[in-house]
Amino acid sequence: MTSKTNGILNGVKIADFSWAYVGPLSTKTLADCGAEVIKIEGRSRPDVERASVPPFKDSIFGLNRGGHFNSVNTSKKSLCLNLSRPKAKEIAKRVVKWADIVVENFSGGAMARMGFGYEVLKEIKPDIIMLSSSMQGQTGPDAEKAGFGQHLTSLSGIGNITGWPDRDPAMLGYYTDFIAPHFNILLLVSALLYRRRTGKGMYIDSSQLENGMQFLTPLILDYTVNGRVNGRMGNRAPEKCPHGAFRCLGNDRWCSLAVRNETEWQNLCRVMGNPAWSRDNRFATISLRKQNEDELEKLIESWTIVHSAEEVMYKCQAAGVPAGVLQTGEDLIEKDPQLKSRQFYCNLEHPEVGIHHVPRPPYLFSAVKNQVTRAPLLGEHTEYVLKDLLGLSDEEIAELVVDGALE
Amino acid sequence: MIKNQGMLQHFKVLDLTGETGLICGKLLADLGADVIKIEPPAGDDARNIGPFYKNQPYPEASLFWLAYNTNKKSVTLNLEEPAGRALFLKLTKKADMVIESFAPGYLEKINLGYETLKQTKTDIIMVSITPYGQQGPYKDYLADDITAWAMGGYMYPFGDEDRPPIRISYHSQAFLHAGAEAAGAAALAIYHREMTGAGQHVDVSVQECVARVDMTHKWDMLGINLKRGEWLTKQVLKTRYIWPCKDGYIMWNYWIGPAAKLWGTAFSDWIIQEGFADEYYKQIKWAELDGSTEAGLRLIEEVIQRATAPTINFLMSHTKKELIAGALQRNLMLYPLSDTKDIVENAQLHARGFWKQVEHPGLNAEIIYPGAWAICAESPLQPPRRAPYIGEHNHEIYGTELGLTEKQLRQLKDEGII
Repeated sequence: MTSKTNGILNGVKIADFSWAYVGPLSTKTLADCGAEVIKIEGRSRPDVERASVPPFKDSIFGLNRGGHFNSVNTSKKSLCLNLSRPKAKEIAKRVVKWADIVVENFSGGAMARMGFGYEVLKEIKPDIIMLSSSMQGQTGPDAEKAGFGQHLTSLSGIGNITGWPDRDPAMLGYYTDFIAPHFNILLLVSALLYRRRTGKGMYIDSSQLENGMQFLTPLILDYTVNGRVNGRMGNRAPEKCPHGAFRCLGNDRWCSLAVRNETEWQNLCRVMGNPAWSRDNRFATISLRKQNEDELEKLIESWTIVHSAEEVMYKCQAAGVPAGVLQTGEDLIEKDPQLKSRQFYCNLEHPEVGIHHVPRPPYLFSAVKNQVTRAPLLGEHTEYVLKDLLGLSDEEIAELVVDGALE
Repeated sequence: MIKNQGMLQHFKVLDLTGETGLICGKLLADLGADVIKIEPPAGDDARNIGPFYKNQPYPEASLFWLAYNTNKKSVTLNLEEPAGRALFLKLTKKADMVIESFAPGYLEKINLGYETLKQTKTDIIMVSITPYGQQGPYKDYLADDITAWAMGGYMYPFGDEDRPPIRISYHSQAFLHAGAEAAGAAALAIYHREMTGAGQHVDVSVQECVARVDMTHKWDMLGINLKRGEWLTKQVLKTRYIWPCKDGYIMWNYWIGPAAKLWGTAFSDWIIQEGFADEYYKQIKWAELDGSTEAGLRLIEEVIQRATAPTINFLMSHTKKELIAGALQRNLMLYPLSDTKDIVENAQLHARGFWKQVEHPGLNAEIIYPGAWAICAESPLQPPRRAPYIGEHNHEIYGTELGLTEKQLRQLKDEGII
């Protein structure tokens, strides 16, 4: 029997000052892969995801009840400090001394103002790896500019290319927040490899704007080379037709289709039962289909609308046409047989939320099984960190309580 | 003392990916890994993806390909032929990792699956990037970027209520997520090998990489599916986020309650100052609005509705640049919806030295590229080196590194292997 080892990053220790989305999603993956992540947080200034990002379980507010929070903080431990107290800062520094990695995602310069700049932390732990993942980086005129993920999605240029050509751009949520963690995870693991080889830590200044740009490079080159400023195309794509989301039977159900060549077009016609219109001259070649795309989309929808979204997908896939249902949360968690068979969502039991579903990292290792455990309650591991990791006595802990350093 | 090396300097990667995974090898190469792109003798299919340099569609001019193959080398190799496969195994012996994005089972079929590679090099790492993963009922499903995006759940909640849900225009966001995530998984697999000596097969699913973006919370917490138009616009507050201005769009939202004092009133004062406010607008007490009751919510809706016309009149009289300058003075979270021109002119990116001129002798041009995606003095990322021509490094890799003679190389070329 081949036994899988538990957690690639077993033994790696992370002092996690990060909050909101980007930092926590980055450290979540590392925690799910076995790193011991101590989330340093507070009650008077709680993680914004704990305090104000809905939905909360059953719409009842609670610092431990947020769906987003509990999803991006799995497998971590919570240390609750009031960092405005000098003694709390001393405790945080002792966690840094214990750690291999420090992660933070405040706005540029904020860590240094709190007394946790890289130069200070390096004194405490010479080979520390520190990652700052801020909106626009630690340097430059806009380094300290406040904003949220939706602002950066706009600033990065992704907002402007999302939506219908005849309408205002469409809202896309915190999109760039989901890009930055890929880069952070890669940087942190690579920094660990570098430290293994050289014995040296490092400071990494990661800008979410610059991360996001990497997903737009072809369009940027189209401007720097061809001078072209691209706008919005709805769901269409050059060289492909049909390409979009088509309404199906049921309440607001949709299936996407992407026909990339003549064979796939013929396959699609066959699935639709070779309707007379499909042999019309208007649709005889890809360029004619592009010219008459409005008309074509309506005709295709007259077929999809009488089938369920799943049926459209199954029929198209069986015939060799790329198709995919526009899945809802319910589809993903409760129905999708692919995600079920790969056990993508972990059923976690949480004392305040009950059973809930959280994604594991989006890949499977043949040699290792990841263990995803539920997100911590606020301060759940304060005693463990102080006693077991830092070796404080009961008297010392009592002093911290009296001081207000713990909260 | 080893100084200023890339974080992944000592690792060698064979890159067999196509459109689905090109960014994976690029990111590893940016960190110093030696990444060899292996292309069929006629060149990679992804070289046919536009846009193109000066709009001329040919394989060395695909801006998509140029974007995601910087810092790599290229060799050509025909894996369909036994001699090509033998050569690939020779390359594998000297490599740490193979990344690929063929349909599941294809490499096994041509005898280059993980188990075969493992016999050649016991600790080899293979990273496979496929639409739905290596196993499961959908593993053989065809996918294009939009279908993977839809199946991962990022499409359904976005767009206008009276039209289909919407995706991001142009190229492959789903595939880029998967490729970037795969780079992290690749680094994790290397770390595992360093600690245990064991290689492994890493199975990356594009669908999962999109689903990890996680639009499921509303269903999971409340049993209600997130619908389009609800993300932010209704979930938090029924206010508009994207507004037109004189030369494009900006993102701004009204704040209520305590947040209004912090981030909001300076904006309404600005509108009043410039004379765009009517009597109703002037009387709005943003900080006193309270959305915790039904009546409160209804009032907020009415207030925001009546504030919309003055707001638009004000914004339409200013350019993005003017609004941003004014917002900076007033400490407001007002951001432009940049187009690509705005991005390339962005002062912050210039101040950080983000843009890099890259020489393209083949195109007789210097092209501006996005540069390093993180700043790290101890181990700097590689600035972009132009993507290789088809088979540009055949001599270096097959000749110098594998020790093949000129005659052997010629013969392989004549046989259509390289």
